[in-house]
Amino acid sequence: MVMVKTSDRGAAMSERTPPSVMALLLRQINYQNRLFIRTPIAAFFTLVFPLIFLVLFGALFEGVDVAPGLEVDPAQFYAPGLAVFAAVSATYTNIGIGVTIYRDEGVLKRIRGTPLPRWVYMGGVVGSGVVVAVAGALIMLTVGFLLYGLEMEVRNALSAVVTFVVGVASFSLLGLALAAVAPSGQSAPALANATLLPVAFVSNVFISVRNNPPAWLDLVGDIFPLKAFADAFFSAFDPFEEASAYKPWLLLRIGVWGLAGALVAVGKFRWEPSTGAGREGGRRSRR
Amino acid sequence: MSVVTVTDLAKSYGTVKAVNGLSFTVEAGEVFALLGPNGAGKSTVVEILEGHRSRDSGEVAVLGRDPGSAGQEYRDRIGIVLQEAGIERELTVREALVHYGACYSRRRPVDEVLDLVGLTGLGDRRTHQLSGGQKRRVDLALGLIGDPEVLFLDEPTTGFDPSARRQSWEMIEGLKALGTTILLTSHYMDEVQVLADRVAVVVNGRIVAEGTPDELRGRADHETIIRFRFPEVDANSGPVMEMLGGLAGRTSLRNGVFEVCTEQPTTDLNLLTQWAIGHGGALEGLEATTPTLEDVYLEMIGDGHGEDVGQGGGDV
Repeated sequence: MVMVKTSDRGAAMSERTPPSVMALLLRQINYQNRLFIRTPIAAFFTLVFPLIFLVLFGALFEGVDVAPGLEVDPAQFYAPGLAVFAAVSATYTNIGIGVTIYRDEGVLKRIRGTPLPRWVYMGGVVGSGVVVAVAGALIMLTVGFLLYGLEMEVRNALSAVVTFVVGVASFSLLGLALAAVAPSGQSAPALANATLLPVAFVSNVFISVRNNPPAWLDLVGDIFPLKAFADAFFSAFDPFEEASAYKPWLLLRIGVWGLAGALVAVGKFRWEPSTGAGREGGRRSRR
Repeated sequence: MSVVTVTDLAKSYGTVKAVNGLSFTVEAGEVFALLGPNGAGKSTVVEILEGHRSRDSGEVAVLGRDPGSAGQEYRDRIGIVLQEAGIERELTVREALVHYGACYSRRRPVDEVLDLVGLTGLGDRRTHQLSGGQKRRVDLALGLIGDPEVLFLDEPTTGFDPSARRQSWEMIEGLKALGTTILLTSHYMDEVQVLADRVAVVVNGRIVAEGTPDELRGRADHETIIRFRFPEVDANSGPVMEMLGGLAGRTSLRNGVFEVCTEQPTTDLNLLTQWAIGHGGALEGLEATTPTLEDVYLEMIGDGHGEDVGQGGGDV
């Protein structure tokens, strides 16, 4: 038989002090970070996978004279793009898949039954996405600086940071939107990759299409926010850039997509698993 | 003081009336059970009370609020243990309790809750390493961590083996001692008999009976069930039909066993045995018992009998 002290209930009954929203938000970010770190496959794809690209690109482009007349390493052109790819993986892909899986498993259903404000849950997801993205990009850039001769002028550092935060916050919101429309954790990885990878190839992420690309390719890239993100971030590293590294027009394009993502996320978000999505659904097929 | 008041509640999904004019109240500190078969509408009622499902009509109040429009401060005062809610496999039991507890404005100490649900010493285990029964305990612990004034338990022991069920019952009995008002759903008669102060039997979205477990059982006190087989006699034959029609009780046939539900067991037994002697047939496996709670429940939900026979001479 379970013994319970009933005497302390009287004391507990007396006060209800709601936790502060700021404290809750920080706690949620911390919680999401912990979930991320303890999901090895997500950590691998987000942090290690882009690093493999960096090493491969480093080998492929070794000694290629990319900018005749200038002392520029090829990494100057591909490392910032790969950092953006890592950041988008950490946010859009990771959130889109992760949140959908937690919904399938009924975790979101449980959260909905608690007093946690719904926007604080979403804020925690976005906040953690930004933290993980910063970590992923920092790893990429550090390796770039140390091993591949990547350089950045100090006066561009702030613009790089501002661009980066606007970008990852927007792609986090797009990740929430993806989770909102994905039917299940099984289809979320396919949806994430099918929407991200083709766009990535026309968005100066893997290969630069900056020199006279076909018009339609240029147009496709301009429609989606990834190219704006990659270009705006690259401008802080661009050895030919004479003007300011701030690209407000590009940031606006990213931000509009982020806002659209927020609207879809709020309007379409579901807390209950769709019928047929199993309790353990999707866990094994994370990508 | 009524903690939960439901009046004329109705909810349809398309053309299906899941809840069809249902009313009940739950008093403070009471354990109230909604008992019924799958699909009776119990979970819909609980979801409406939790504020997660809209209703078509009727009045609902929990802790003086309408759950349909109450916000986070309402959820701060209730605890919910759902049938199918996942737990983050990445967390330990203690981490989950600390994390969810932080959402509430008041909380029970983690160790106390672990003791209460029988997870003492398992706080540092990852949730995915737990057995099914242990996970269900974590569900209950998470429902309790915010020190709720009302606890909703949706089918707390469905899928459990018998010993796990008994352990869960002990846990829930322990909660009674805390003075928490509990609304539970179940499709096990024995479960509500052990746990509930009052029971409402729900069938097709309506309450067909309500009372204490003893009161419900009392409905059947005046009836006796006589069971027997007629191995050597064609059950369809005219004389058998005629004899059964002459009994005071209702007769049904299930898996070759005749069941007579009667208020006059002496007379009916006499008729039966005389007829059997006269026709040279044995009444195999003859027994006369008072109905169990299970019988009462099965009869109430309309599943108590096989095909009716012997009255009107229908096909058997």
